[in-house]
Amino acid sequence: MEEHIVIIGNGISGVTAARHIRKLSDKKITIISAETDYFFSRTALMYVYMGHMKFEHTQPYENWFWEKNRIHLKKGFVKTVDTQSKTLHFQKGDTLQYDKLIIATGSKPNKFGWPGQDLKGVMGMYHKQDLDLLETYAPNNTVCKRAVIVGGGLIGIELAEMLHSRDIPVTFLVRESSFWDIVLPREESTMINREILKNGIDLRLSTNLKEIISDENGQVKSIIIEETGEEIACDVVGLTAGVSPNIDFIKDSEIETGRGVKVNRFLETNIPDVYAIGDCAEQHKGIDQRRPIEAVWYTGRMMGETLAQTICGNRIPYKPGHWFNSAKFFDIEYQTYGWVWAEPKSHETRFYWEHTDGNKGIHLSYNNTTGEFIGINTFGIRMRHDFFDAVLTEKRSINYVLEHLADANFDPEFYKLYEKNIVAKFNLENNTNVQLKKKSWKRIFSA
Amino acid sequence: MKNIQNIGLSLFLIGLSVFTALIFLGKYEVTSEVFESVISDKGIKSDLFINDMNQDVVGKPFTNPFTLSSEITTAIENANIKHRKNELWDKVIWDKPHSFSYQIVKASGTGLIKQNKWLFWWLTFGLGIIGALLYMTPKVITLGPPGIKNNGIWFDASTNRGWIGWFAFIFLVGFYLLLYFRPDYIVNWTYIVDPISKNLSGNLASQWFLYGFMYCTVMTVMAVRMYIKYRHNNYQILRTTSVLFFQIVFAFLIPEILVRFEKPWYDFKNAFPLDYDFFFSWNLDELITSGGLGLFILIWGIVLTLVIVPVMVYFFGKRWYCSWVCGCGGLAETLGDPYRQLSDKSLIAWKFERWIVHGVLVFVLVMTGFTLYTYFSGSPSVLGIKTQTVQDIYGFLIGAIFAGVIGTGFYPIFGNRVWCRFGCPLAAYLGLVQRFKSRFRITTNGGQCISCGNCSTYCEMGIDVRAYAQKGENIVRSSCVGCGICSAVCPRGVLKLENGPEKGRINPTDILLGNDVDLMDLVNQK
Repeated sequence: MEEHIVIIGNGISGVTAARHIRKLSDKKITIISAETDYFFSRTALMYVYMGHMKFEHTQPYENWFWEKNRIHLKKGFVKTVDTQSKTLHFQKGDTLQYDKLIIATGSKPNKFGWPGQDLKGVMGMYHKQDLDLLETYAPNNTVCKRAVIVGGGLIGIELAEMLHSRDIPVTFLVRESSFWDIVLPREESTMINREILKNGIDLRLSTNLKEIISDENGQVKSIIIEETGEEIACDVVGLTAGVSPNIDFIKDSEIETGRGVKVNRFLETNIPDVYAIGDCAEQHKGIDQRRPIEAVWYTGRMMGETLAQTICGNRIPYKPGHWFNSAKFFDIEYQTYGWVWAEPKSHETRFYWEHTDGNKGIHLSYNNTTGEFIGINTFGIRMRHDFFDAVLTEKRSINYVLEHLADANFDPEFYKLYEKNIVAKFNLENNTNVQLKKKSWKRIFSA
Repeated sequence: MKNIQNIGLSLFLIGLSVFTALIFLGKYEVTSEVFESVISDKGIKSDLFINDMNQDVVGKPFTNPFTLSSEITTAIENANIKHRKNELWDKVIWDKPHSFSYQIVKASGTGLIKQNKWLFWWLTFGLGIIGALLYMTPKVITLGPPGIKNNGIWFDASTNRGWIGWFAFIFLVGFYLLLYFRPDYIVNWTYIVDPISKNLSGNLASQWFLYGFMYCTVMTVMAVRMYIKYRHNNYQILRTTSVLFFQIVFAFLIPEILVRFEKPWYDFKNAFPLDYDFFFSWNLDELITSGGLGLFILIWGIVLTLVIVPVMVYFFGKRWYCSWVCGCGGLAETLGDPYRQLSDKSLIAWKFERWIVHGVLVFVLVMTGFTLYTYFSGSPSVLGIKTQTVQDIYGFLIGAIFAGVIGTGFYPIFGNRVWCRFGCPLAAYLGLVQRFKSRFRITTNGGQCISCGNCSTYCEMGIDVRAYAQKGENIVRSSCVGCGICSAVCPRGVLKLENGPEKGRINPTDILLGNDVDLMDLVNQK
C-alpha cells in the first residue's frame, strides 16, 4: 500500500507538490480545497473580472487531468488536525487519514479591526469568493458608484485596475507617502503614482481609513478618513492591506506556529510527517536576505518542487536561488532580479535611468567598492531571467551588466532599444567608458 | 466620443443593410442581343436550351435575380437531361449552371443600381468604411493609454459567441455560400465595383474582383483597428503593415494589372499547396503559352514552394509567411483579431487539428501527383480514378467549403484561424519544417510565468502556450504562426519570439529557474 500524501490547499504550492510527487512516485495523493473544485491561477483572477478571460481560462489543467494523474481532489474545509492519529477533521464531520500531510493553505487578507470591516460590500481580493462578491457588489458603475480601496500594495493596485476597467470611480487610500514605497525606491514609486493618477484613480497618499459606515441594510455607505475626517460615499470597500498566513485551523494542534506554520529548511514542521509550503509557511529565520514568510507565487512553486523531492526520498533543503519577482501596474510591467531595496544599504551605489515618457526605467544596485552587481528593477522593459540569474551567480560587475544589456533585453522584436541611452547616462554620471556589446547568442546560451 | 462611435456604428449598419438589400433589388431583362452574344461566345449548340430561353426569359422583365437565375438554370438542366439521355454530348452545356447564369444576369441588369454605380458604392462601401472608422478611431482615447486593453472581451456579445457573434457567423457563411455557389444572385454587388475594375484591369467586375476588393477594404479598415489597439507594440504594427501591403499589392493590384496587359492573373506570393491549382493543366498551359512572364511565373512558383519557403522557415519560422505575407493570415489578423480568443485549446481539439490539417496536406499532394501524371501521360485517370473528379472534390470540399465558408465564416465561433489551423496544407508543410528544422521558437523567460493563462486564451492557433511557459520550456510547435500576441498579452514579460541558434531551442526542464537545486545531484540520484 502506497503512502497517502494529503495536501491541504489547491494553490500553486500544493498543486506543484502534487504534480512533482506524481512525477517521482506512485504515492496516493489527495488535494483538499474548500475554495474551488480545480486549481486555478490566483494571480489571474483580476483578468476574469476585467473580461480578458473566463474563469475556466485561469485553470492550467483540463478537468480530466487530475483523474488521469491519479490526484484525488476533495472539496471540504478542514476544521482541525489531529497529528497523533494523523487524522483530518472536516467541518462537515467527516475525517481523512494521512501518512504525510502538506499544509499549503496560503493567505488571507489582513483586517486591522477597522469599524465596519465586516459589512456587506467590504471584501478582500484574494479568493475566488472575493471575485464573486465583487461581481455582486460592483458589476457596473450604476450599482457601484464609487469604490474605495485601502492599502497600497500589489493587490490594491490590481483591484484599482479591475474597477477602472468597468468605469467605476476609485478612491485609493495609501497609508504610505508614496505607493508601495516600502518595497520600491522613490523613483519607481513616483512613476507608479503617476501611472495611477494617469488612469483617473483618486489616489490619496499618507491617508488612513478610520471607519466604514453602514447603511440601514448593513451594507457599506461610506468611509471616513482618519486624517481629515472626510466622508467618502462608496458602495464597495476593498481591503488590500497585505495578507497573512491562513492557518487558523491548526492553532489548536500541536503544530508549531508563529505568524505562519513554522518550518525548517526542509519545509518540515515540528511534527514528523507534517510539512508546510507556500504563503502559509514561515522559516525560523529568513533565507539569505529574504523574509521568513514570502507570499509570492514563485516561491510557493519552488517550495512545492522542493518538498516533492523530500517526500519522494530525496531529502533536500529549500534553497531558493536569486530573488526575482514581477508585477504589472496598469500598463507598466515590472521585473526585478537580485535586490534593489527601497533604501540603499550603506555598501550600495545606485544608478537610475528613466525614459522621458516617464513609463520606462531601470534601477541598478551595485557594491560601492567592488562594483559587484546586486540587483535590478526594470519598468516597461522586459529583461531575461537567465541572464540576471547567471550574472548574480557569477558575481559579475555593474560594468559587465551594462556592457551586456543587449543580451539581457527581452522585449518583443522591433521594440525600441534604450541600452545606448542607459549606458551613456551611466558613463556620464560616473565618468566611465563602458562600451555596449552587440547581442550575442553564444553568450546568451552559455548562461 | 460615445456619440461619434454611435454615429459610426449607425452609418456602418446602414451601409451593411443597403449592401444586403441590394441582392433583392434591381430589374433584369435579357435582351436578344445579349442572349445571342452569350450563345455565340460560349458556342452553345443546345437548341432545347435556346428555345426554352427564348420562350420564357428573353425580352421578359424580372424584378429580382433569383427568378431569372432559376429560369436559366432550369433551362440548362432540362436541356442537359435530354441531351445526356440521347447521348448528344456536343449539345450538353458543361458550364456550371450558376456561373453560366451569372454571365447572362450580369449583362442583363437595368435600372437604378447599374446606372448609379458610384452612388451605390458610396451607400454601401462608402458608408461602411466611414462608419467603421468613426466607430474605431475614438478608441485612441476611449481605450485609455497604450497597452493591452482586452477589457470586456468576454462580456461582449460580438466577441464571446453571443448573439452578435452568431449573427456575424450567419452573415459571413451566407456571403461565402453566395460568392462560391450563387454568383448570379450577387451581380448587383459586382455592379458597384465595376468602375474600379474597369480602371484596373479594363474589365467589368466578376464576383472574384468584388471579393478581392472587399478583402482589401476590410483588411485596411480592420488594420486601422489593429494599429490603434496595439499602438504600443512595434511587432504588431510592422506585421499588420506587411500583410496589408502583400494583400493589396501582390494579391490584388499586380494580378489585375497583369490582366490589363493580357497576362495571366497571378498572385506571386501565393505558394503551392495553398495555391492548389497551380499545377492544374489549364494553369500550366496558360503559363507556358504566355511567353517569358508565364515561364517566369512557372519557375517562380516552383522555387517559392521548394526553396524559398523552407529556407525562410528555417531562418524565421513559418511566421514570415503566415503572419507577414499570407492573405488568409492577413484577413485572420485584421478582421479576425477580435475573435482570436475563441479558438479551442483542449487536447481533443489539438488531436483533431493534427489529423485534419495533415490529411489535407496528403490530399493535395496526392491530387497534384494525379494531376501531373495526367498532364504528362495524357491519361485522364490514375489507378482507375479520374483526375478531374479528384480535382473537383478538392476544389469543392477544401477550396470552397473549407477555406472559404468554414475557414472565414466560422471566425466568430471558432476563432480567427480556423482555416490556417485545421485546413491549410501550406501551413501543415511550413509547420513540419518549423518543428524539425528552424531557428524559431517562443522563448520562455526563466521561471517568471504565473500560469495566468492570457497567452493560451489569446492564441489564435489554439496552442496551450501556458502549458510550456509554466514549465519554463521554450515553445516549439508546428502550428505556431508567430503572431506575437501571446508575448504581447503576457503581463509578466515571459514570452519572446526569437530566431536563435537551433541547438537548445527545445529545452525540457526538470526544475524551474529560481530554485537552486544541484542539478547534477538530482540527475545522479535518478
